[in-house]
Amino acid sequence: MAARRVRSAPYLFIAPAVIAFTLLLAVPIGYAVYLSFREVHITGLGLGPGARSERWAGLANYTSALGDHELLAGAGRVLVYGGLLVPVMLGLALLFALLLDADRTRLRAFSRIAIFLPYAIPGVVATLLWGFLYLPTTSPGYYVLHQLGMSGPQLLQGNGMYVALANIAIWGGTGFNMIVIYTSLRSIPAELYEAARLDGASELQIALRIKIPMVLPSLVLTFFFSLIATLQVFAEPMNLKPLTNGISSTWSPLMKVYRDAFTRGDIYSASATSVVIAFVTLAVSFGFLKLAGRRAYGEDNS
Amino acid sequence: MSNVIAERTRAVVPVTVAAGPKRKGGWIPTLGLLAGALYTLFPVLWVLIASTKSIDQLFSTFTLLPGSGLLTNLHQLSAYRGGEFWEWMVNSALYAGVGGALSALLSGVTGYALAKYRFAGRGAIFNILLAGVLMPPVVLAVPQYLLFAKAGLADSYWSVLLPSVISPYGIYLARIYAAGAIPDDVLEAGRMDGASEWRLFRSVALPMMAPGLVTVFLFQFVAIWNNFLLPFVMLGDDHKFPVTVGLYTLLLQGANAPALYTLVITGALLSVLPLIALFLSLQRFWRLDLLSGAVKS
Repeated sequence: MAARRVRSAPYLFIAPAVIAFTLLLAVPIGYAVYLSFREVHITGLGLGPGARSERWAGLANYTSALGDHELLAGAGRVLVYGGLLVPVMLGLALLFALLLDADRTRLRAFSRIAIFLPYAIPGVVATLLWGFLYLPTTSPGYYVLHQLGMSGPQLLQGNGMYVALANIAIWGGTGFNMIVIYTSLRSIPAELYEAARLDGASELQIALRIKIPMVLPSLVLTFFFSLIATLQVFAEPMNLKPLTNGISSTWSPLMKVYRDAFTRGDIYSASATSVVIAFVTLAVSFGFLKLAGRRAYGEDNS
Repeated sequence: MSNVIAERTRAVVPVTVAAGPKRKGGWIPTLGLLAGALYTLFPVLWVLIASTKSIDQLFSTFTLLPGSGLLTNLHQLSAYRGGEFWEWMVNSALYAGVGGALSALLSGVTGYALAKYRFAGRGAIFNILLAGVLMPPVVLAVPQYLLFAKAGLADSYWSVLLPSVISPYGIYLARIYAAGAIPDDVLEAGRMDGASEWRLFRSVALPMMAPGLVTVFLFQFVAIWNNFLLPFVMLGDDHKFPVTVGLYTLLLQGANAPALYTLVITGALLSVLPLIALFLSLQRFWRLDLLSGAVKS
């Protein structure tokens, strides 16, 4: 009797999560896939009841999504943005984590909190703050340059936009990644350093030869999260848009999905595009996890 | 020995001698970190100063010079459409507080079951739940909206609350924490005494998992408070907006009426104050070490 109770208990415990997951994630995903194979069929002028009906579309939505230049251009923009963002952000995060871990650093607590602080600030607000700092009329940087008789670079136009957007994400994300790497640095046994110091290794050598290899798993983890976040960029360009005409409503692929679904009301092609994005995200994620090897991960997943 | 070090330190960096009996050279990493802190704090400093400016001062005076319009700005923001800004703040607190608490509980019970029981399908269920992390929010938001609309729930508090409750990330953290924090023999002893499985969870496991669940709550709270996309897609009624969507609509109107910019800036400042306060006061509960898997059971 007791044994049976123990056997059924875990299923009862996970039931709420499984139900919530099914209703809020699995069903919507299935519905998106279903919609991506449908289209609206219009008879006559499309007026009156029954003139618009839904019908099977086959792969039409997919062929038009994959052949859409705007979508491809958006994917290209996100690649440039990510290529700028991820290395700089993780490089800074690693650097700050190593500096925090260096044994002669002062004001450690203050710096750690200050650099982590942007994590608590919504992306919308971060974009807003930086947006005003990019605007020549409200930015102190431009003011100083102007006093010196120079003009600053236009960050809200052309290629400056990549820097402008990447900087917002770097500002928001460096601290979080720094903490993840730092906690991993703290768990390295101190004897390793003592041995290296006895052998005459400098602090820099210790950092390069011992610390960085030892925190590789957390670098892999932070890289992975940053990659996913990059593919899903939406709030920042969306919120920078009102301040500039340099961002179109299809700047990132997800912005295009939003526009297609809610501005144009074409939920079918929006669904096909979302399925393509989800598929690419999954492929990149699994590919990356395979590449990174099971050494870093396998232990957690068994 | 320490005199020698102090003397040598004094020769190089006289200012820092008083800070402690440490070896020389600490100023390089310290300066590096302070540069980072300057970078992260600068926009916060800017918004603090900018919110004190009247609309004329905002575009005419040096940006780092405090203005004289803070009270006017606060007053105008509070009066905006009959106090709508404060409605947004209350809504954000509601979404983040209730959503975060429900999410922490759900993650707790699920993580506990996944960590402490062996049952058929355990690995598969865990992996499927985790795969939810990979789903781009927009990909979910569009069909979620359509389905909520069919159920008559779009543009309701539920449409923002319900999707926030399930957090693959929270389940992952809770599972790691439960595996490390709850010894099996304590559960076995409870079973010997005839406690039911539910009672074991509620009276034994839940208190032991509390620090981990506080972390999950904080993560979810921040994630929901900062979320833009989901409420942006789900809601049409500005009285139900959280502060992120509210500020966006303000900014959008500001493009045509620059007078609203001061309201946007003051609103931005007010909207981050609760989070910064929460963040600084609950700092020690942020068990970020859980993330990197640094806690080994």
